[in-house]
Amino acid sequence: MSDLFLMIILTFDAALRVSTPLILCAMAGLFSERSGIIDISLEGKMLMGAFIAAAVAAVTGSAWLALMAAIVATMLMSALHGFACITHRGNHVVSGVAINIMASGLTIALGHAWFKRGGQTPSLLADARFMPMEFPFAEQAGNIPIIGTIYKELLSGHNGIVYVALGLVGLVWWIIYRTRFGLRVRAVGENPQAVDTAGISVSWLRYRAVLLGGVLTGIAGTYLAIAQNAGFVREMTAGQGYIALAALIFGKWRPLPALGACLMFGLLDAVAIRLQGVEVPMIGEVPVQFIQALPYVLTVVLLAGFIGKATPPRAIGVPYVKER
Amino acid sequence: MSDLLQPLPRWIDVGVIPVLNVSMAMIVSSILLLVVGIEPVEAVTIMLHGAFGYDEGIGYTLYYATNFVFTGLAVAIAFHAGLFNIGGEGQAYIGGLGVGLAMLLLDSSMPAFLLLPIALIMAALFGGAWALIPAYLQAYRGSHIVITTIMFNFIASAIMVYLMVNVLIMPGQQSPQTREFAESAQLPFMHEVFAWFGVNISQSPLNLSIVWAVICCIGLWLFIWRSRWGYETRAVGFNEKAAVYGGINPKRVVLISMCISGALAGFVGFNEISGVHHRLILNFTAGYGFTGIAVSLMGRNHPVGIVLASLLFGMLYQGGAELAFEVPTVTREMVVAIQGFVILFSGALAYMSTPFLTRLYNRWK
Repeated sequence: MSDLFLMIILTFDAALRVSTPLILCAMAGLFSERSGIIDISLEGKMLMGAFIAAAVAAVTGSAWLALMAAIVATMLMSALHGFACITHRGNHVVSGVAINIMASGLTIALGHAWFKRGGQTPSLLADARFMPMEFPFAEQAGNIPIIGTIYKELLSGHNGIVYVALGLVGLVWWIIYRTRFGLRVRAVGENPQAVDTAGISVSWLRYRAVLLGGVLTGIAGTYLAIAQNAGFVREMTAGQGYIALAALIFGKWRPLPALGACLMFGLLDAVAIRLQGVEVPMIGEVPVQFIQALPYVLTVVLLAGFIGKATPPRAIGVPYVKER
Repeated sequence: MSDLLQPLPRWIDVGVIPVLNVSMAMIVSSILLLVVGIEPVEAVTIMLHGAFGYDEGIGYTLYYATNFVFTGLAVAIAFHAGLFNIGGEGQAYIGGLGVGLAMLLLDSSMPAFLLLPIALIMAALFGGAWALIPAYLQAYRGSHIVITTIMFNFIASAIMVYLMVNVLIMPGQQSPQTREFAESAQLPFMHEVFAWFGVNISQSPLNLSIVWAVICCIGLWLFIWRSRWGYETRAVGFNEKAAVYGGINPKRVVLISMCISGALAGFVGFNEISGVHHRLILNFTAGYGFTGIAVSLMGRNHPVGIVLASLLFGMLYQGGAELAFEVPTVTREMVVAIQGFVILFSGALAYMSTPFLTRLYNRWK
């Protein structure tokens, strides 16, 4: 029994680790999409953030510099997205696709030219990375049954960014629902004309929301490259930006439900790894691909209105033309 | 103020702006080349030689271009209906699956003149069906086609990995691939076709599907600009509400245009599976579906433009491979970045220069 309990706790523990980049990206997408700018470029921004973080960490040996550089890089990409969608009223999806493809190509082309390892960055020593944090007395607490196990295995021992991501969800909730800026972001995503009439700049508001998203994707990329792993590998985001987008939709563009969706998708991933090659009683071996595809399938089913209804912000994707 | 300005004439809109946009993408690409340490002029020389300098290179260029014509047309027809089909990659993948399944089942019992049309139809059926589900969900259940087609790319990929690893893998084989099809199920290579007439050209993956790509271009042009359905498609894409008042059913337009779009993307599977690999393998789509977006935007959703853009991207792919071979600091993925720049400047920032050009034109006039 305690073996099973430990296994469940460890699966949740793994789920928390894989959920972290999803949570950060989903919150990034939330700012952008609540302000009316479709953001399918989470994947590309996270990839670029991961590459820049790993490259800077490899050259300077400083994890903090790497984080800063990654955030600057992803904010620049967000600014580009804003420039296309807000200033030039371009198609949001086209701009997002452009950013994803550019990131995919640039990270490999630059990585190969700079480090000569076929697109990988040199693997990093512990000093240049963000390392897991042990909570106080975690070892001793491990001896206490159940609560101690939860404390040691599930709560303690994660990377600092994991705790930051969880804390950020609360912060995002507070910003979106309890600050003037958040109210305006929500308003501009629903009815930009009204915001404009109130004398508030629609463009500047949207730029700020999109740039905030850039910050968060930068942290997500940093986590992937120099916290969870010890370097950049080509295409290392592997569709997680899209899963985060799915989680955002699944959470109906609200912070706490989106967090729930991220944790659920992370758990699915952790379970898929654990079930690899395992015979489940009554069912037999569950194909890993089936569990991996489940987040996408569930999102499609949700969007089709078969389980609840996901209504996007009303003005999403519509370029705002100021009346003259 | 700007209302008083004359709008740009058609020749600037169709002739100057696309060239300007592509030029901007190429300028940024040149900067990238400089960053990775190669002279742009030298790089272009190597790429041009690699793509057009000898007949094997030309073969490869045209082979890539064939795929880009299919996916470019696929994106274009959806654009005409006001839809954005990002799912070309998945539709091509599933289209190839259809070809593979049919050939594995039938290749021992049928002659080539039956098998090859069946392969073509299967590619269209499977690709079209994979696009039909998101189309249905968009038309009747209100879910956004961009999101569903993205999700369907991943679902397609999961299905393929599952089938290839667990079901279709040839026994005793390490990497997931099926057995090779019988000779009768293999679409002839162009170097074989030329050999029938006594002309010798070098071997390349270029095969007869390029003929089909040309037919598709003409067919799509006829469909969009010379058929009633095409008129309805453009009407819905232009203004859905007005189209409804014109007695057009937009739901039907969404279904039809997406089906055609998926079928066109599925033909990549025909080119790759029937024409090149002659067996099912993983990841044969290699990002061609996404390149289709760049091709379509660059070609302004018109078959002629798409052919030109496909040739350019075929050149970039083949020339890029040559460049990566010659220059150690360059990888093939450089082309992917260039593709991104093209989508950015020809797509997202397509009208960046319009206000400036309008002012310039009005002053000059």
